[in-house]
Amino acid sequence: MRDGRKYAPYVLILPFAALFVGLRIIPIGYAIGESFFKTRGSGLGLGVPTTSFAGLSNFTEVLTKGYFWSGVERVLLYGIVQVPVKMALAMMLALILDSGLVRFRRIFRFFYFLPYAVPGVIAAILWGFLYYPSLSPVVGVVRHLPGLAGFTPLGSSSLLWSIANIATWAGAGFDMLIFIASLQTIPMELLEAARVDGASEWRIATRIKVRMIGPAVGLSAIFSVIGTLQLFTEPKILATLSTAVTSHYTPNLYAYSQALVAGRYHYAAAVSVSLALLTFVFSFAVLGFISKRGGLQ
Amino acid sequence: MLQGQRETRRSGVAAGGVRSGVSYANMAVLALALVYFLFPVYWLIISATKAYTQLFSTNGFLPGSKFSVFTNLNALFSFQHSVYLYWFGNTLLYAVVGGGLATLIATVAGYAFGKYDFRGKSVAFGIIIGGVLVPGTALVLPLYLLFDKLALLNSYWSIIIPSTISPFGMYLARIYASRGIPDEILEAARVDGAREATVFRRIGFPMMKPAIVTIFLFQFVATFNDYFLPLVMLNNTHLYPMALGLNSWSALTTLPGTPRDIYTIILMGALLSVLPLVVAVVLLQRYWSGGLGVGAVKG
Repeated sequence: MRDGRKYAPYVLILPFAALFVGLRIIPIGYAIGESFFKTRGSGLGLGVPTTSFAGLSNFTEVLTKGYFWSGVERVLLYGIVQVPVKMALAMMLALILDSGLVRFRRIFRFFYFLPYAVPGVIAAILWGFLYYPSLSPVVGVVRHLPGLAGFTPLGSSSLLWSIANIATWAGAGFDMLIFIASLQTIPMELLEAARVDGASEWRIATRIKVRMIGPAVGLSAIFSVIGTLQLFTEPKILATLSTAVTSHYTPNLYAYSQALVAGRYHYAAAVSVSLALLTFVFSFAVLGFISKRGGLQ
Repeated sequence: MLQGQRETRRSGVAAGGVRSGVSYANMAVLALALVYFLFPVYWLIISATKAYTQLFSTNGFLPGSKFSVFTNLNALFSFQHSVYLYWFGNTLLYAVVGGGLATLIATVAGYAFGKYDFRGKSVAFGIIIGGVLVPGTALVLPLYLLFDKLALLNSYWSIIIPSTISPFGMYLARIYASRGIPDEILEAARVDGAREATVFRRIGFPMMKPAIVTIFLFQFVATFNDYFLPLVMLNNTHLYPMALGLNSWSALTTLPGTPRDIYTIILMGALLSVLPLVVAVVLLQRYWSGGLGVGAVKG
């Protein structure tokens, strides 16, 4: 019986571990390995291409030439705006629903979460149609507003923010649920004590509640940052409706088009690895930032 | 971090139920947010049920004069030799089989991390969570090459196998197991002479039910929505999930020679694609208050 207990965890984890090795470790290792090689076609392209060790030359090319950094700049700009806006919206809705000052909480919660149930591709297609002037019921109306006559959501100057809107629309409900679940674990005594002391609901919400759900905010922020840096689906879908989307619009799109369209697999691997490293760095930075602001254990 | 104790968890009126009066300012904000989140879905329903001739000519927020649901459904189901039916079926297949397997494997592993101590536990967990930070292209593109070598490309397995791993699900399972399953119950069974396998099968695993449901629904949604993996792995349109299929149709809208009702077909296809997930979300809501990381408190 003692033995059973000792081996139990290993048995239980084995399937997961095997899949993890096969579907995460091996591909990552393979990508890293591939990024150190180059394939050269032979002369006129009539012979067999040769693959040779290329050292760091792929990485040098990624970091000094090409469109990696322009893509990173774009998603960072996108992220700096979109992530806080989305989380603020989610936080505001969560706090209002938790405040005890409103009715029909369950109904609101359900409908705010509903966009999450719309597949990302469908949401992008849907909003793509809503941005498309001849099809949209909204663009025409907005263009009548003062100063907005040139409103073109799919044009190059607005496209990034149109994409940000899609991501916010689809993702705020999910964050909201995480925040609500976390808010519900705040002990009543704490809040009642504050009320007895005369604090208004607003103060309680902004001073006490927000600080106490720090870990949930941190978790949401990290997933949001990862999602932001890996932006792929929305620009890819909108590419059929907007000429502003290039094959290097985001780092992931760049890796994809380099691998599957341009056939430069090794270079694409270097792009992916560089993006992965960047993602690690930013995730830890966000983690550190949130910890300092207070809340994480 | 999370209390989960019966005495301190808020419930009923105290859990933010309406106390003193209703704040109209707050309600107004909620109503505005509701319009924002719902109007695209509303527009989708209205547009998908309109006759295609009226799509561009009538107001987007008002139904057309002809109720065209059945005409549009017929157009959708017959377009390109009924390929949409394959797409719908494929999506469900990938999401149910992939999601189901992923849930089982992740739950069992999470339980192990949550309820046992063993050598290398922290390191292993750290590596697994680190795996969540890796971007999609770094995984999907090499998987493409590996599956090419295994001759599994362009097959059901090329989608299902990668869908069976869920580090996030494992993370949720671990939290639930460590907070929601009291060690005393397991110990009592062991003291009574039960073998470890029995302790797990009869007591531990059944207690994981709320977590299992939550994890399955998340995995179902994630696999259902997946676009990048099928995009890279599949060439055969009869294997496409709906996300990939509908986007391939969307690319047709700018090409000449496409039937005039293409927008309507896409919209109706999109509308139907949302339905399984809405069902999943409704089910998820029921389990939500008990499931996600709140611990032993029921309901």
